[in-house]
Amino acid sequence: MTILTALARLLIFPGLLFAVPAAWFFLWVERKAVALMQQRVGPPFMQPFFDFVKLLGKSTPPRSGIAGLLMRAWPLIAVSSAAGAVGLLPVLPSSGGFQGDLILLLALLELPSICIIAAGFSSRSIFGEIGSAREAALSVSYNIVFLLAIVSIAASQHTFRLEALAAMHPSFLTVLGIIAILVCLPAKLHINPFSLPNAEQEIYAGPMTEYAGPELAMWELSHGLEWVASVGLVASLIAPHLAIAWGGAWLAICIFVAISIAVVLLLSTLAAATARLAIDSSVRFYWQCTLIFAVLAISSAILVRFRS
Amino acid sequence: MKLFQRLMCYARRHSPWLFHMNSGSCNGCDIEIVAALSPRYDAEQLGVRLEGSPRHADILCVTGPVTQKAVNAVKTVYGQVCGPKAVIAIGSCPATTNVFIDSRTLVGPLDKHVPVDVYVPGCPPRPDAIIQGVAKAAGILAERGSNQPVAAATVATIVTEEVSQ
Repeated sequence: MTILTALARLLIFPGLLFAVPAAWFFLWVERKAVALMQQRVGPPFMQPFFDFVKLLGKSTPPRSGIAGLLMRAWPLIAVSSAAGAVGLLPVLPSSGGFQGDLILLLALLELPSICIIAAGFSSRSIFGEIGSAREAALSVSYNIVFLLAIVSIAASQHTFRLEALAAMHPSFLTVLGIIAILVCLPAKLHINPFSLPNAEQEIYAGPMTEYAGPELAMWELSHGLEWVASVGLVASLIAPHLAIAWGGAWLAICIFVAISIAVVLLLSTLAAATARLAIDSSVRFYWQCTLIFAVLAISSAILVRFRS
Repeated sequence: MKLFQRLMCYARRHSPWLFHMNSGSCNGCDIEIVAALSPRYDAEQLGVRLEGSPRHADILCVTGPVTQKAVNAVKTVYGQVCGPKAVIAIGSCPATTNVFIDSRTLVGPLDKHVPVDVYVPGCPPRPDAIIQGVAKAAGILAERGSNQPVAAATVATIVTEEVSQ
């Protein structure tokens, strides 16, 4: 991948120029789905954009010292890593990439969650610390399943290169892996039934309690970009293969966007239909109920590899 | 630059986030605030969101006649809301201390302690009156902007309660 294509992917498609409006759109879909499920009209289409602009124009409380510096830095790190993760997605067929970019993508997807944990603790708010502790416990639980699912897909294809994974022929193992990833997404995106790190009203706003103005705008944006990146990961495991079978690059983009929207609708409906689980139930769900499928997936991947 | 200011003004008008503060209310007005956000009245159409933290909020909704125990909390929370901000006094209690007037446990009404922008009278006010009050406060918020000193202007707009039969 040359610097020019890397910049184009980071800044234009599927990077910032596409990802930021898509992030606002997904945030709107999330709220609108809840409203429709409750038979309300819900927020107007431009609502997440207005919220973002308004938050940019608000003042922030004065903060001094290292803690203040860190509190300004965390949201920026979260936004840039989420944007980097979106930029790595193999949306277009033969779009470049390098050996091991899957590992970089996983690290960049994980970074916003680590930033949230650190942000809650550096805000020195008791509610922020509770939210961060919950986020840490939850992230230890779902990440085992999430990583095992992705590793099983990668192991069955003998590669850590995203483009090769995207172009693979779908097998039973891939379907199992994609389902396991989908099960982890609500916890990764902090939506119901796993919304307990930022449990609204229950612990005020969780790790975000002390954040205001532009910093909060950056957190909202990073949440939206996380939506785009993690939903895009699922879409890009399905889309390019279909596009290669049926046609060119434009079709690949259209299929990618369509599958992303379908996954967002699915997750938002799930979020609207469920209530928040307590921390012990959430952790038990991932360790007891879903871990067994992830272990099955990875062991069958290894078996398939030995047979071939 | 002017375009950006107009956009900011428009965004402020269309995205009022509330923080609800009870200063010793009987819970009547609090229930009506919840009703205003419920599917029947659906305040989210105006971009309203009830926030958990005062740091995120634009508009402080105060109910209750401000008791001695609550007055410091009201002042603290008012300080925690980041500018530009507006305050709505919901119900008759924060406006006049209502039937509790001259009680020795009260230090109200609310405007002795924090500048109030919109009064929504009623005991309790109807949810549509509360939504109208929020819409007016969002308008005030849009005009105020971040440059003007927040404590200076106390625009007391009386919201007439539209009693629908």
